[in-house]
Amino acid sequence: MSQNFRLEKGGLINRNKKISFKFNGKKYFGFEGDTIASALIANGVHLVGRSFKYHRPRGFFGAGVDEPYAILQMNRNNEVDPNVRATEQELFEGLEAKSVNCWPNVDFDIGAINNFLNKFFPAGFYYKTFMWPKSFWYKIYEPIIRKAAGFGAASINHDKERYEHKYEYCDLLITGSGPSGLASAYAAAQNGAKVILAEDKPRFGGSLLTSEATIGNQSGKEWVDTIISKLKSMKNVIVKNRSQVFGYYDHNMLVMSERVSDHLPETEKYTPKQRLWYIRAKEVVISSGSIERPLVFGNNDAPGVMLSSAAKEYLKVYGVLVGKKPIIFTNNDSGYETAIEFKKNGIDPVVLDTRISPDSEIINEAKNLNITIKNSYVVVAAKGYKKVKSADIAKISDDKKKLSRIENIECDCICVSGFWTPSIHLASQSGNKTKFNEQIDSFIPNKSKQKETTLGSANGIFTLGETLKTSFEKGNELSKQLTNNDNKISIPAVVEKKSSEHDKFWCVPLPKGKNYKRFLDFQNDVAVSDIELALREGYRSIEHVKRYTTLGMATDQGKTSNLNGLQLVSELENKVVPQVGHTTFRPPYTPVSIGAIVGREVGKHSKPTRKSPMHYWHEKNNAVFVDAGVWLRPRYYKQGSENLFEASKREAKNVRQNVGICDVTTLGKIDIKGPDSAEFLNRVYTNAWLKLPIGKARYGVMLREDGIVMDDGTTTRISENHYHMTTTTAQAANVLSHLEYYLQLVWPELNVNVVSSTEQWAGAAIAGPKSRSVMQKLFPSLDVSNDGLPFMGYIEGNLFGIKARIYRISFSGELAYEVNVESDNGNFMWEKIMEVGKEFNIQPYGTEALSTLRIEMGHVAGSELDGRTIPYDNSLEGLISKKKDFIGKRSLSKKAYVAEDRQKIVGVVPLDKKTSIPEGSYIVKDAKAKLPNPKLGHVSASCWSVEHDNPFSLAIIKDGKNMIGQKLFALSPLKNKSIPVEIVSSHYVDPKGERVRS
Amino acid sequence: MLHIKCPHCGLRSQNEFSYGGDATVKRPELNKEISDQDWDNYVYLRKSPRGKHLELWQHISGCRQWIKVERDTLTHEISKTLKANEEL
Repeated sequence: MSQNFRLEKGGLINRNKKISFKFNGKKYFGFEGDTIASALIANGVHLVGRSFKYHRPRGFFGAGVDEPYAILQMNRNNEVDPNVRATEQELFEGLEAKSVNCWPNVDFDIGAINNFLNKFFPAGFYYKTFMWPKSFWYKIYEPIIRKAAGFGAASINHDKERYEHKYEYCDLLITGSGPSGLASAYAAAQNGAKVILAEDKPRFGGSLLTSEATIGNQSGKEWVDTIISKLKSMKNVIVKNRSQVFGYYDHNMLVMSERVSDHLPETEKYTPKQRLWYIRAKEVVISSGSIERPLVFGNNDAPGVMLSSAAKEYLKVYGVLVGKKPIIFTNNDSGYETAIEFKKNGIDPVVLDTRISPDSEIINEAKNLNITIKNSYVVVAAKGYKKVKSADIAKISDDKKKLSRIENIECDCICVSGFWTPSIHLASQSGNKTKFNEQIDSFIPNKSKQKETTLGSANGIFTLGETLKTSFEKGNELSKQLTNNDNKISIPAVVEKKSSEHDKFWCVPLPKGKNYKRFLDFQNDVAVSDIELALREGYRSIEHVKRYTTLGMATDQGKTSNLNGLQLVSELENKVVPQVGHTTFRPPYTPVSIGAIVGREVGKHSKPTRKSPMHYWHEKNNAVFVDAGVWLRPRYYKQGSENLFEASKREAKNVRQNVGICDVTTLGKIDIKGPDSAEFLNRVYTNAWLKLPIGKARYGVMLREDGIVMDDGTTTRISENHYHMTTTTAQAANVLSHLEYYLQLVWPELNVNVVSSTEQWAGAAIAGPKSRSVMQKLFPSLDVSNDGLPFMGYIEGNLFGIKARIYRISFSGELAYEVNVESDNGNFMWEKIMEVGKEFNIQPYGTEALSTLRIEMGHVAGSELDGRTIPYDNSLEGLISKKKDFIGKRSLSKKAYVAEDRQKIVGVVPLDKKTSIPEGSYIVKDAKAKLPNPKLGHVSASCWSVEHDNPFSLAIIKDGKNMIGQKLFALSPLKNKSIPVEIVSSHYVDPKGERVRS
Repeated sequence: MLHIKCPHCGLRSQNEFSYGGDATVKRPELNKEISDQDWDNYVYLRKSPRGKHLELWQHISGCRQWIKVERDTLTHEISKTLKANEEL
């Protein structure tokens, strides 16, 4: 297909580089520098989608971020990009895009039947219709609505693209590179301020790219190029195009999305697709410009009806005609600029001006060019379904209430201009309570709450001369405060045409007997009649009207619809617009891809992975790993065709019979030093610590102030004022903060220092009846006998030339030792232990066997210390000192905590000695009781006891101490199980604890 | 994201800190008689003021010091930051 609507010359595109692309399966050509929109329009394609609710044909409405219609599904390098705005997506070779929200295709869309049934789809349709029968919602209504509504389809595949986050600090962040952005950036840069200039579009310059004004003796475009090249050459300036500042957050933190590679056929190596910038700016200049407002008339959503500024942009930037028989429908002078541009390119436009007898320089220029101008004229309705074919127009009375005889004139596009709406989104997000400016019928920023200044047309200033002057001055002033430099810049002379006042008229009345849909919100199909209905039904607050009718919602967030909606509500309510107020502007200003928000934190990068120094040994020895907090720990070491159950049973058995070795590096370790350390531990732990001798370890439990167990572990006195504390893997960070809290805020008089040493030590637990033999071979010069190193003893040793700390502590309940060496020597230690342990049949064991061993011993761990239990519940009441005070002690005398039938830990064995009890099962008296079955407690941990060769579980149940011997039931509704069980002691193996002391 | 001036390290982003609640609560002294009511108030009861609030933050990814921050709960404005041993 040839580009019938492309001008012979002109535009900022590169005509030397032809680009082929596909739209809805058909091949087209465009040029480098085109957007999908400009290229399609050049090819005469205007039908690109279907509307959200009525499935009416959709074309292009704008030329940038404000686009409500042309939202496409794009394929790029075999990846799907949903909801791509055709007006923003740059063309690249091989691009493929297709329409959304239509079936079977955009040309013939079954859903368009909604358009004929539109009487049945009024505002609040969903709320009114799908209320009953209630049971229909999930199976019938929701699936149908989901299929019919919505735009693009997200890919269900893993996104292979890379997204990055970046943090940046600057003196001035400037959001937009139009005249106000460039002038303020240049002035600030001259003062040596660190400046970031962000432009959403690929080309810098904003309105200057399509302006006829001259600056100095340069055209707008030339001036832009000069300033940009100067800024780019300065070290204190970052200039970014394709970058949208979309959110203004607290303390002058702004977030910007940079589309690094979206305009390329594929992302280059080592380059992200998109980059999210977190920018902390000392001052923010909002120079985001303004968006043209539509005029509202019958069928004003037909393809071919578009903003007059967009038509001008397609002409001047892309060299593309949006039509060859244009009508310009305007209430202000902007429409004339578009008309003149058409005329200059040999097209005869017809201008319909709603004003009675407007007069200005630019109107005179249009007259001199012999452009047909009809004053007091309006478009009543657009005609044509898939593309505008003609327009019903009429003269309107001076009070704008009555239409004269309707005439029909042929046209192929209607370019509308209802004046300009400043883009105050960022200012409003920053907390600026905006004010209404009657002169321009718009809200503009008022008093800044954060360090923010809005300039140019975003601030309601629509003349270039004044914009440049104020922006140079502001840029200089803001940067002067920060850098103390004051380099005045001479402000260039601007030649521009003066405009006359605009007409406040914006909504064409319906002619008698006609019931045209007059759309306010183009993306969500909200028409004038919908707002009228909502108000009739009693909706008053603009926030409610918005949600009921969906006005201003969806991906364009009402960029073109908000103000007209407000004007309508205020007219119907007989209020002025500021009384109605506007809905809240929230980030993001434009849609941001989930990928950019997530950044690199996907998959295994979603959290850090910590590995012990012995990790690669585990890997080589067929360890199957499990996540333990951020650590990877061996769950079991697979031999042959073993499964988890078989392997963990073998490993646990070997500990009970011979000797096992377990990597305990992940335990939290805290180094405690200072003369008051013992006193501090005495306050932190529930038991007594003042008399712990040097070279001894003690088990301790610490509480929160509310009496709930926070953590447990052993602490060893290394020397006079030096202790080594261990915490559970999961609680390590919390315990450290907890200790720091009390030392820094509650008892600053204590002379104690704490520091994490988790990563400094690698640890191996050597457990089992033969562990002493292994230790003797490891440390031949040490006395590791029961007398030389008794239970809870600590000594230091030399492991083949390496310093080692040896603790005789046990989690497995067997005779056991824990050896710590500096992390770098961890692997050496591990291999040495395996080497000398070989003759004693040493085997590594993972967390699954470790759990088995501790469960059948009745040792508590995370599943019992679950933030809901007090010491008594875990049978740890013996560790509570009666003589001294400690953190949380006062709470333990609470009524519920001392109740006679308080919950307590017990053991649970299935009566058939075969059925494993799922963790989380309820313990109940009667398995068949009426629901809700009163629950006695829950099963916290389950294992296969290797000692007794049957299933065994721990449970925390009400009145646990009196339940031993009772026959109850374990219910697991999730697994659909009801298991008859017997309650036994939680100490299922070696209840007297003789083995650890052997 | 807030910008908090750590009195030890300087201005840092909120994600280096963790929140620690009301800074004006004083822990009852050890070994001292205290009524159930007073103890419960200490453990559970916190004000939720609209406006200025003196609160604790820990510079957890920095100097690890607990600091006091006077923050307006309505506007997020931070009027003052103090070291642990300083009073307003």
